[in-house]
Amino acid sequence: MDKGHEQRDIRIEVPVLARVEGEGALELDIQSGQISNVKLRIFEPPRFFEKFVEKHTCDDVIDMVARICGICPVAYQMSAAQAFESLFGIDPGQWVRDMRRVMYCGEWLQSHALHIHLLAAPDFLGFGSALEMAAKYPDEVRRGLMLQTLGNDLIALFGARSVHPVGLRVGGFYRAPSSAAVDAIRARLEQALPQAEALITWCASLDLPDDRQGFISVGLRHPQEYGIYSGNVVSDNGLDIDVADWDDHFREIHIPHSTALHAELDGEPYLVGPLARLNINLDRLPADTIEVLQRTGIAFPSNNMFHSMLARAVEIHMAVLEAISLLDGYREPERAWVDWQPKAGVAIGASEAPRGILWHRYDVDAGGHVTSARIVPPTSQNQGRIEQDIVQSLQAFGLDHDDDALRLRAETVIRNYDPCISCATHFLTLKVNRS
Amino acid sequence: MSAKPKIAVHKFSSCDGCQLAFLNLGETLLELPKLVDIVHFAEAGPMDEDQPVDVALVEGSVNTEHDLERIQRIRKNSRYLISIGACATSGGLQALRNMADADAWEKAIYAAPEHLDSLDTATPIAAHVRVDLALWGCPVNSRQVLSALRDLLFGVAPREETRPLCMECKRLGKVCTLVTQQAPCLGPVTQAGCGALCPSMGRACYACYGPSEQVNDRSLGRRFEGFGLLPVEVARRFHFINNAAPAFKAAGDRYRGEG
Repeated sequence: MDKGHEQRDIRIEVPVLARVEGEGALELDIQSGQISNVKLRIFEPPRFFEKFVEKHTCDDVIDMVARICGICPVAYQMSAAQAFESLFGIDPGQWVRDMRRVMYCGEWLQSHALHIHLLAAPDFLGFGSALEMAAKYPDEVRRGLMLQTLGNDLIALFGARSVHPVGLRVGGFYRAPSSAAVDAIRARLEQALPQAEALITWCASLDLPDDRQGFISVGLRHPQEYGIYSGNVVSDNGLDIDVADWDDHFREIHIPHSTALHAELDGEPYLVGPLARLNINLDRLPADTIEVLQRTGIAFPSNNMFHSMLARAVEIHMAVLEAISLLDGYREPERAWVDWQPKAGVAIGASEAPRGILWHRYDVDAGGHVTSARIVPPTSQNQGRIEQDIVQSLQAFGLDHDDDALRLRAETVIRNYDPCISCATHFLTLKVNRS
Repeated sequence: MSAKPKIAVHKFSSCDGCQLAFLNLGETLLELPKLVDIVHFAEAGPMDEDQPVDVALVEGSVNTEHDLERIQRIRKNSRYLISIGACATSGGLQALRNMADADAWEKAIYAAPEHLDSLDTATPIAAHVRVDLALWGCPVNSRQVLSALRDLLFGVAPREETRPLCMECKRLGKVCTLVTQQAPCLGPVTQAGCGALCPSMGRACYACYGPSEQVNDRSLGRRFEGFGLLPVEVARRFHFINNAAPAFKAAGDRYRGEG
């Protein structure tokens, strides 16, 4: 179109973003060669989940919060279960801890594989969808779908199904998988390892934009493990706090153009999710994963946002290795849960959903019923960062590109975060006006 | 019309979990375009919401003014419309907001029910347009969705499931949680189709597949009370994932009244 006319006024609207989870839209104004307005509009209606869980038992809550997100239900169940267990002083033991971590690896596998292949990669290879992409890259798409299926099956091993699984309870699991089922999936995990390795190499070989930006990475960090199931909240600019102290540093703010709440760390936008997590957990990767990553020649920590997809591939490889090692020498326990007694108080728990930290806080009464709840999902934490990124990316890309190119670049930036809008809009304060 | 039937997958307010019945198909997903033309499926990529289609699959519940207008348009453009999952079919867990408002109203002495805007509710697709086939489940599974599509491609009407979960559970040889654990299992009043997942995990069914054909909630509720559940706890069993399905709504309301 009119390349070279930098001073034109442009308005770009993407009424419904394709290949994201949930319904969001983009509004972008460029006036006199400057970006004057950028809004990631989240208009999926508020879903009031925090209100729904009130008066319900803790075990009900585990089944309810899963329904906030069909793509990361395990994360919701894990953060909630840990919140209640920490309040009640329950230690479900090493077996439960390890097996929950395996189940969580399944969710990372399926969610990351889905995002890389069905949502993000078509952007970098010039296709509108994975189905179109499959005609030219059949092996790559098949490999992705195989890894996604493996992740789903790993969740179902513990939860009977991968979307809204039914296996988790306060104190452990309802039932332990049989040794035969574990052996079968462990064999598949081992077969998948070379594929996961090839995926890292493939993602590193894609022609990704080199878009370096300054941002704060925030994620969970554990003394021994890669931050998945638990850990302290750590940032690359010096924060290191217990999840219970979250409110001392993080604040949620309501922005008019969004039904999701934005979040700030000490007044600044920040990044959560695979890239942030990898940046602060590099020394927690298994040796084999580090070796594969080093061979790509791409150095981490990275401040190129487009390395998020590579970070997902790295986490897939880590998750496969982690699941293999935790399932090694598997033995069925006599019982898959421990008994517990409720206690009144504040229950706080957090874990790393595929898209970043998922923080829960519940007030619980003496009978074990929730009286109020607050949930901070990853996508609302990233929203401020996404808007910042769109401005910086488009400026680096060049505002003299035609409208279609600008629109595609902006959409690519958004999809790169794997935003989950269903999660982000799970809540808006329910106000009842009484006269 | 093209030789291949056209399908569309539409999303309303939801967790996106029922669309995963497609996106989680694995390699089978790559076979799908050989059978049908997917003209609209925002999460997967194709975007052409207003193109006339042979089959529309609708996820999610109606929550906004825009939803109201959009579902009419979708109905007009679709020969056969299938609601997929609890949100689309009964309003889903989200329909609890209808009751949350009611709760607030009960507590507030001066609030008047007429102030409750109908769009303050989450309602199923069938409350607004004709639905040709309802697939229950939170979430629906791939087998349900594919077998309905397969039936339609063969030119036969898909059959709706009406049997209770107990039939499926017994056939699969699962141990009855109601009898052996005195667990408040909703299997006797819940539609079959999930594969008796909860009983297979040794826990009580919580009715995510919605009500079966005949819901004998009085008898089952009495049994639950015999296990020691308070009326309000019995009410909560019915007012759960499919709280707005008429049979469960009525059962829950009755026990709530007793509490």
